[in-house]
Amino acid sequence: MFWVNKAHAGNTFMPPQASNFAESVDTLYGFLYYSSLISCILVIGGLVYFAFKYKRKTASDKTAYIPHNALLEFLWSFIPFVIFLVVFAWGWKIFYDMRSAPKDALEIHVVGQKWNWDFVYKSGRKTSSEFTIPINTPIKLIMGSRDVLHSFFVPSFRVKQDVIPGRYTSLWFTATKEGNFNVFCTEYCGTGHSTMLAKVKVVSKAAYESWLENNPYKGLTLSEVGQKVYAGRCIACHNVTNVKKIGPGFAGLWGSERKLTDGSTVVADEAYIRESILNPNAKKSVGYEEAVMTSFQGQVSEEELTGVIEYLKTLK
Amino acid sequence: MSSAADKSKNYLNHEKGLWSWLTTLDHKRIGIMYMITVMLFFLIGGIFALLIRFELFSTGGQIVDADGYNRMMTFHGAIMVFMVIIPGIPAFLGNFFLPLHLGAKDVAFPKVNLMSWYCLIIGAAISFFSLFAEKVATGWTFYTPYSISETSNGAILLVLGAFVMGFSSILTGLNFVATTHRLRAPGMGFFQMPLFVWGLYSTAILQIIATPVLAITLLLLAAEKTMGIGFFDPKLGGDPVLFQHFFWFYSHPAVYIMILPAMGIISELITAFSRKVIFGYKAIAFSSVGIAAVSFFVWGHHMFVSGQSQVAGVIFSFLTMLVGVPTAIKTFNWVATMYKGSIQFQSPMLYAMGFLFLFTIGGVTGVMLAVMAVDVHFHDTYFVVAHFHYVMVGGTLMAIMGGIYYWFPKMFGKMYNEFMAQLSFLFIFVGFNVTFFPQFILGAQGMPRRYFDYLPAFEPLNRVSTVGSWLIAIGFLIGLYVIINGLLKGKKAPDNPWGAKTLEWQTSSPPPHTNFHEQPVVTGGPYEFR
Repeated sequence: MFWVNKAHAGNTFMPPQASNFAESVDTLYGFLYYSSLISCILVIGGLVYFAFKYKRKTASDKTAYIPHNALLEFLWSFIPFVIFLVVFAWGWKIFYDMRSAPKDALEIHVVGQKWNWDFVYKSGRKTSSEFTIPINTPIKLIMGSRDVLHSFFVPSFRVKQDVIPGRYTSLWFTATKEGNFNVFCTEYCGTGHSTMLAKVKVVSKAAYESWLENNPYKGLTLSEVGQKVYAGRCIACHNVTNVKKIGPGFAGLWGSERKLTDGSTVVADEAYIRESILNPNAKKSVGYEEAVMTSFQGQVSEEELTGVIEYLKTLK
Repeated sequence: MSSAADKSKNYLNHEKGLWSWLTTLDHKRIGIMYMITVMLFFLIGGIFALLIRFELFSTGGQIVDADGYNRMMTFHGAIMVFMVIIPGIPAFLGNFFLPLHLGAKDVAFPKVNLMSWYCLIIGAAISFFSLFAEKVATGWTFYTPYSISETSNGAILLVLGAFVMGFSSILTGLNFVATTHRLRAPGMGFFQMPLFVWGLYSTAILQIIATPVLAITLLLLAAEKTMGIGFFDPKLGGDPVLFQHFFWFYSHPAVYIMILPAMGIISELITAFSRKVIFGYKAIAFSSVGIAAVSFFVWGHHMFVSGQSQVAGVIFSFLTMLVGVPTAIKTFNWVATMYKGSIQFQSPMLYAMGFLFLFTIGGVTGVMLAVMAVDVHFHDTYFVVAHFHYVMVGGTLMAIMGGIYYWFPKMFGKMYNEFMAQLSFLFIFVGFNVTFFPQFILGAQGMPRRYFDYLPAFEPLNRVSTVGSWLIAIGFLIGLYVIINGLLKGKKAPDNPWGAKTLEWQTSSPPPHTNFHEQPVVTGGPYEFR
C-alpha cells in the first residue's frame, strides 16, 4: 500500500518519512485517501451502473417520478458532515503540534533572498544553500526574507512555511532519518524561483558537534574556498562556462573588458569583482540592465570574497 | 402555435450587418458575441497551456528561458480565469438562456447588458496590453511585494484590466438578479424556476458583492505604487500578507462564480437526458445559495502557511468543510436523478457524466486540501494545480461544452454532428485525466508549482502530463470543427430535439427576436417528466 510509507522503497506517492511529523501526516493522508477512494467508487460507480442499467430503450420510456426522499437526503448530508468534522479535528491536532515548538529546540536562523537560502547558527557559523542538523533533536527555524515572499518546504519532513519580508515566521521539526533532503521554495519569487533549492543534511549528534567546530575552509587554497562559495551562493545565477544564466557566465570573465550601460568600459579586475558582489548595481553591464542581483554586503567574509576572486581567475 | 411565416423570422435574421450586432440590445445576440469572445480567449489561453506543458516536457529550458516561462504562466492563468471561466457560463449561456428559461422577452436592463460586453472587451484589451507590452510575470495572483517591487507598471495595468472586466461581471450580476425577480412568466414562482436559473442567481449575488473588493485592492495597489503609501510593501511599513487577504476575499468567491452556474447546467442536462424529474429540487436550489453564502468566509484556506494566525487557520478550515456538505449533496442528487431514468448517451449527457466523474475527484482532493496538516505538505505543489484543474476544467469547462451542445440546436436552429462531438469528448476526457492525474502524484512527491525547471526525478510524470495536453488539444480542435461544421452544414433542428421540459424548448429554433411567439404560462415545475 503506497501510503503506508514505512519502507520508502521506490514508487510511493509521498516522499520518504524523515521527521517526527511525517508519519502522523501520512496516516491522516491515508485515511483521507481511502475515504476519498470509497466515495469516488460509490459516486462514479453509481453513475456508471445507473447509466447502463437505465439506458433508454424506446423513445417513449416511462420514468419513475421520485422528487425527493427525506431519509436518504438526511443521511447523505449528515454522513459527509461527520467525516468532514473528523478530518478537520484530526488535521487541526497535527497542525497544532506543528505550531508548538518545544522550548529547548535548537534554533537556526534562515534568510531567504532571490534566489538562495542562508542559514545562521548561534555560534555565528553561516552556510548557504545547505545546512547541517543533528538527528533526533528538535530544530526551530526562525525565518525572514530580504526581498519578496518565499516559502520554505521540506517534502520529506512534511513542513512548509512562507517566509515574509518585514517579519519573522518559524517552523520546527525533529529529523528522524540521516541523509540529505531537498528544500524547495514554494512561493513564486521570479526568475530563479525553480533554482532556489537547498539541502538539509541530517547527521548523527557526534558528527554535528564536530561539523560545528570545524572550519569549513580549513586546509583549502583560496580558489578552493571560492569554489565552495560559488557552489553555495553563486550557482543559482551564474554558470562556470561562458554561457549566460541569469547573470553572466564566469569563464573568461576575469580580465575581460566590460561594457557598461553608461557607455564606458571597465576591466574586470579585483576591485570590479569585489564591487560587483558587494554593490552589484553600482556598475551595470550592457545586457544586464535589469540588475536583479542583490547585495552580498555583510553576508560574505573577507576570506570568502578573496576566495571567489581567486576562483574566477582560474575559470578561463 | 406559431405559423410557418413566423418561423422564418428569428433573432439571427431579425436585423443584418455587423453594426446591428455591435449595437444590439437582444440578450441572445449579446450571448453569441460573448460566445465568440470567450472562445477566442480560450484559444489564446489554451495555446499558452500547450506551450507551458511543452516547456515542461524535459528538465532544463526547451523553448523559453525562466522569465519567458513565468510570463507564459501568468498569461495562461490571467486569461483563463478572468476572460474565460468567469464570463464563460453566466455571460454567454446565462445571457442567452436566463430570459428564455424565465419566459421573458429579454433581461431587465438590455442596455446595461450590452455595456457589460464592452466592459469585458475594454478590460481584456488593457490586460492583453499589460501582458504583451509590459511583460508582466507576477502570476495571476499578483502577490505583493513581488508585484510592486519587481515589475514595471504592468501589474497595475493587469489589475486595472481585471477591474474593468469586473464591472462586466457586476453589471451582468445586477441584470440577472433584477431579471430573475421581475420578469418571470405568469405562474412561475421561485420553485418553478429551472435549476440553471438558481445557479445563475447565486452567482449573480457573488458577482455583485465580491467583485468590488477587487476594485478596492486595485486602488490600494495603485496608491502604493504611485504615491508610496505603504499598504503591502514592508519597506514602507506595509504588510504583504494583507494583500493575500484582499485578493482571496474576491478570488475565492470567484471560484464559485465559476462553478455554481456550471452546476446549474449539469442539473438541466441530467434531467433532460434521463427524462426524469430532478431528485431533491429544493436541496439543489438551496445548496447553490448556501455555497454562495459560505464561500465568502473561506478565503483563508489559501493561506494556512502564509503566516496568518493559527486561530484564523482553524476557523477557515472548519468553514471550508461546511462548503463541502452542500457540494456533496448536489453530487448525490444528480446521481440519484439517473436512478430509474431513461438515459440517452448524447454528447451533452456524456459531458454531464464527465463532469460528475472529474468533479468528484476534484471535490475529494479539495477536502484533503482543507485539512490543515495535510495542506501544509500539499500547499503550492502540483497537487493544488491538479485539484483546481479538476474543478475548473473538469467542472466548469465540461459544463460549458455540454451546455454548448445541448443548446446548439436552440441557438442556431441546426444540429451538430453527433459522432464527431462524441469523439471530441473522448479525446478531451481521456486527455484531461492523462494530463492532470499525474500532477496529483507529482505534488504529493513534493514538486512545487510555478517551476520553470524541476528535479530529474519528476521528469517521467511530467512527460505523461505533456502528452495528455496534446490529446486535449486534439479534442478541442475536433470540437471546433463540430461547431463550425454544424453552423455551416447542420441539418435543421426541431424545436425540442431532446424532449426537454423547460420553457426555451417551447419556442422555435432559433427563437424569434422577442423569444416567444406568445407569452408562456407556467403551470408546473420545470422537470415534469411523467
